Amino acid sequence: MKLFVPRDAAALAVGADEVAAALAATLPEATIVRTGSRGMFELEPLVEVAGADGLRRGFARISAEDVPGLVPALRAEAPHPKAVGIVDEIPFLRRQTRLTFARCGLVDPLSSSDYAAHGGWRGLARARALGPAGVVDAVSRSGLRGRGGAGFPAGIKWNTVREAVSDRKYVVCNADEGDSGTFADRMLMEGDPFLLIEGMAIAALAVGASSGFVYVRSEYPHAIRTLRAAIEEARGAGMLEGFDLQVRVGAGAYVCGEETALLESLEGKRGQVRAKPPLPALQGLFGRPTLVNNVLTLAAVPFILAEGPQAYADFGMGRSRGTMPIQLAGDIRNGGLFETAFGVTLGELVDDIGGGTLSGRPVRAVQVGGPLGAYFPRALFDTPFDYEAFTEAGGLIGHGGVVVFNDTVDMAAMARFAMAFCAAESCGKCTPCRLGAVRGAEVLDRIIAGDRVTANLALLEDLCETMQLGSLCALGGFTPYPVRSAVRHFPGDFDRGLEAAAE
Amino acid sequence: MDSPSGAAAHAEVVARVLAAHAGAPGALQPILQDVQAELGFVPPEALQAIADGLNLSRAEVHGVVTFYHDFRLAPEERPVLRLCRAEACQARGVEALAPLASADPRIKLETVYCLGLCASGPAAMVGERVFGRLDAAALRRLIDETAA
Repeated sequence: MKLFVPRDAAALAVGADEVAAALAATLPEATIVRTGSRGMFELEPLVEVAGADGLRRGFARISAEDVPGLVPALRAEAPHPKAVGIVDEIPFLRRQTRLTFARCGLVDPLSSSDYAAHGGWRGLARARALGPAGVVDAVSRSGLRGRGGAGFPAGIKWNTVREAVSDRKYVVCNADEGDSGTFADRMLMEGDPFLLIEGMAIAALAVGASSGFVYVRSEYPHAIRTLRAAIEEARGAGMLEGFDLQVRVGAGAYVCGEETALLESLEGKRGQVRAKPPLPALQGLFGRPTLVNNVLTLAAVPFILAEGPQAYADFGMGRSRGTMPIQLAGDIRNGGLFETAFGVTLGELVDDIGGGTLSGRPVRAVQVGGPLGAYFPRALFDTPFDYEAFTEAGGLIGHGGVVVFNDTVDMAAMARFAMAFCAAESCGKCTPCRLGAVRGAEVLDRIIAGDRVTANLALLEDLCETMQLGSLCALGGFTPYPVRSAVRHFPGDFDRGLEAAAE
Repeated sequence: MDSPSGAAAHAEVVARVLAAHAGAPGALQPILQDVQAELGFVPPEALQAIADGLNLSRAEVHGVVTFYHDFRLAPEERPVLRLCRAEACQARGVEALAPLASADPRIKLETVYCLGLCASGPAAMVGERVFGRLDAAALRRLIDETAA
């Protein structure tokens, strides 16, 4: 019997290790493969069994105590109340277009041969045949844009680094996934690390780098372990010839998700943002040309090389090509990873795919793009998931996190939280962010207390404009997104009539 | 305060960690992490030795240690429970749970902004172990386990 139990942190957090141990004790003859997660976190721990027909059938939310009673069902001899049927046919999975996450949850994340058997390493082989210029051309033609948040065309960045002349170049993967509501980088590093490694090897070949770093946040110990083991495995399999790839661990600074702060941190300094120019593509790590891309950007590349850029560009809308691994989080029934072509609307994601709130209360607000993303009211649920459409609606898609709040949320408190978070995480380099965030929280305290609300809202708006236009990076520059959108769409939470009552 | 033998043991650890990273570029952060992993904190008296080992000033090392949330300059007496209080866990009700943990003198409650368990919250971390779908009863059990 072949069983699959996830080792993803979200499965471990709800007892997957205990379930795997109980299965091993109860069924000593069974082979238990520890996979990544399918990304349906409400179903974890999700135990799967391979059937004689080659299909995998699942049993959801299994605890160690469930295991003895589960055995007849695993042998297909009896039904079970926690059975969810053929996992690939669960609507949440069936409706996805999984290009980047095609293998996640299916394969043993530390088996290079399993990876190869599921189509892995073909992109790297193709890249070696195409050569640097051909690889950059393919990435350009795919329309791939930076998945970390900025959405900058990957091909242009790759070409800039490729053409830069230097004795030494670097490829750096930004895996400092600090945005609340996002977990795609973590899932991928834990569930299919070879994909990221292959993407980085392709990038190194394309830009002429001999050295690479993956900067992973310290809050992800499981991802760090899996990735380090996978790099050793890939090296042993001969996939990293001439490319020295290593993992560096962050130290709990959100701002190090900003690429120049990340480079400072890699150099062993305080994670303070650098002024641009010079671009990291020309003067990055240790002053050398450096390609910095997010996990999901690099992990999209093997498909583009293996299947051709057009196969990727065929998905999506407008200038947002390909797929986006969207992360549904917060108070949502079907939380998890939903990879789909750009163009799906926010309403479809939240109400239809997400199934509304887990609590059963009405949805009031949705924050898209992490702590620096705007809050959307239901009135904007027809906004399609697309870089330009979200910009037009006063927001951003960022790293693709969607956090759902029910009707008990206090939007003034959320606006204050955005400022307080910025104050706590500011690197301190530029004044609008360092001081503005502190003053912003204070102004919001006065507004919440009902102190001269109209005047203080005007002051807050003025402060937001200063932060947005005057900050060096997205931390100070984008904190106004959640604040302004909360004020604009939920004004009643800020002016509760206290002012009038006091007069 | 540390006994002299404690200080000597610290110096031995620092020297060993420095030797392990000798010649590696930008190694200050991994060095501090390795020292903290062994000792539970970065001893203030180690900053000068680390600075000397990397040809940096003590101020530069101090600046790095104090910039990052992860580093501590004194040992933590109580077991640490890190509770995620970022937006997604807030949307799943963590704020109602937080007072439970902060009121318990046996443990040290630390706030963390995101463990990447945003559809499985409220979430917490103790050491490298992660916990999800916490409600009041589950958090009380976790606090008891952590304190034990």
